[in-house]
Amino acid sequence: MFRFEDIKYKEILDIKQLTIPLHQITCIVGESGSGKTTLLRLLNKMISATEGEIYYHNTPLSSMDSIALRREIVMLPQTPVIFTGTVKDNLLIGLKFSEKTLQNDEKLIEILKMIDLNKPLEESIENLSGGEKQRLALGRVVLMEPEVFLLDEPSSALDEDTEKVVIEQFVHFSKQHNKTLIMVTHSKAIAQAYSDYQVEIKNGQVVSQKGE
Amino acid sequence: MDKVMDLQIWQMAAAYIFIIILLFIVRLRGIAREKEILISSVRMTLQLILTGYVLMYLFDNSNPFLTILMIAVMEVFAVYNIFKRVNVNLSQKLKKIIAISMVVGTTASLLYFIFVVINLSPWYNPRYFIPIAGMLIGNSMTGISLGVNRLVDGMTTQKHLIESSLMLGATPKVASKEIVDNAFDSAILPTINSMVGMGIVFLPGMMTGQILSGTSPVTAIGYQIAIMLGILGSVALTVILFVQLGYKTFFNEQQQLI
Repeated sequence: MFRFEDIKYKEILDIKQLTIPLHQITCIVGESGSGKTTLLRLLNKMISATEGEIYYHNTPLSSMDSIALRREIVMLPQTPVIFTGTVKDNLLIGLKFSEKTLQNDEKLIEILKMIDLNKPLEESIENLSGGEKQRLALGRVVLMEPEVFLLDEPSSALDEDTEKVVIEQFVHFSKQHNKTLIMVTHSKAIAQAYSDYQVEIKNGQVVSQKGE
Repeated sequence: MDKVMDLQIWQMAAAYIFIIILLFIVRLRGIAREKEILISSVRMTLQLILTGYVLMYLFDNSNPFLTILMIAVMEVFAVYNIFKRVNVNLSQKLKKIIAISMVVGTTASLLYFIFVVINLSPWYNPRYFIPIAGMLIGNSMTGISLGVNRLVDGMTTQKHLIESSLMLGATPKVASKEIVDNAFDSAILPTINSMVGMGIVFLPGMMTGQILSGTSPVTAIGYQIAIMLGILGSVALTVILFVQLGYKTFFNEQQQLI
């Protein structure tokens, strides 16, 4: 699990105690500007706490190698970058960055199905809509098979129907593969429907944490 | 062979009259650049006159320490000029990297040139050492200025790209590769372009100067080719050093973008 002890990040976050369980689905909810994204960025060391310590598997994050950690705890930002090239290039870029390789294209096809993206692998990225790009970015992190997924508003560019399909698939995948999924969302409905654990943040402080 | 013509005072005066005519045209067209043209012409004149006397003194008093001192002055001036010329904010760390890249890159190229290519004897002969150093340092200065602008600009405007790559487990090196490559390209391209047009579109300054002062074109061309290769090498080396060390100053020891 992740354990926060007296964490402060600038004037944005002030968390005395927080635990986030592994192998479960956690939703972080709260109004915009409350510090949800900052919290997520602390978990994979995109930023470091100005005070206090976060423990992952009882090891302080500050003592862990940032690059190795980010390959194990992969984050998908709210507006992910789509690189020039094809659908395939974009799916593979995460693996390339983390210096891993893929045996064959079968896995890619499987992922396209999972993210409900009905496009050939060689399709140019220019022909994709905003929502399709968002799903592609989601597929990219699934392909990396990290231990922990950090998703920042993964469905913000999706319409309601697609959102439901994609999030459901993702949750299913995480459970099936015993992964940890930590998802920032403004949607109470998503949080209610899928989370095993919920953290609510207000003005940089944790106001409630509950498991179901 | 033709006798070398020394320029007479009236001939020099005629060259200035040319600029006065230009100033007149500029004023007539209402282009607000008279001050710059005037200042740069006067500055260039004074600087060159001063350099002429300094060089004459150095040639008459050939001495390794004086040569080295002169190179040091040129390096300091070049580094200072880069700081002034770039229109972006530079961190202290980046300034240090610029200075190190300039000094190491140009000195290494210069030494190779002096000891291997020309095999100068004595090695500190200021007649060769100083003009060659000037060309290497001057061109590297221009190259690195372009590279600095592009690197800092890319690192700030493409923050999002770098962060997204880091989140996917990329090292800072991989995450900033595109920006680093762009910076290198923009620094080296002017040199490459000038080489491509050389001899056909224009005759390079050094060669023109040598030919005008009586050297045979074949000798002048030999030096020009060698010096162009030297310039390319020096610009490339300085800029490679700069971008390879420079991008690191944008990350902290936790591999986070600062």
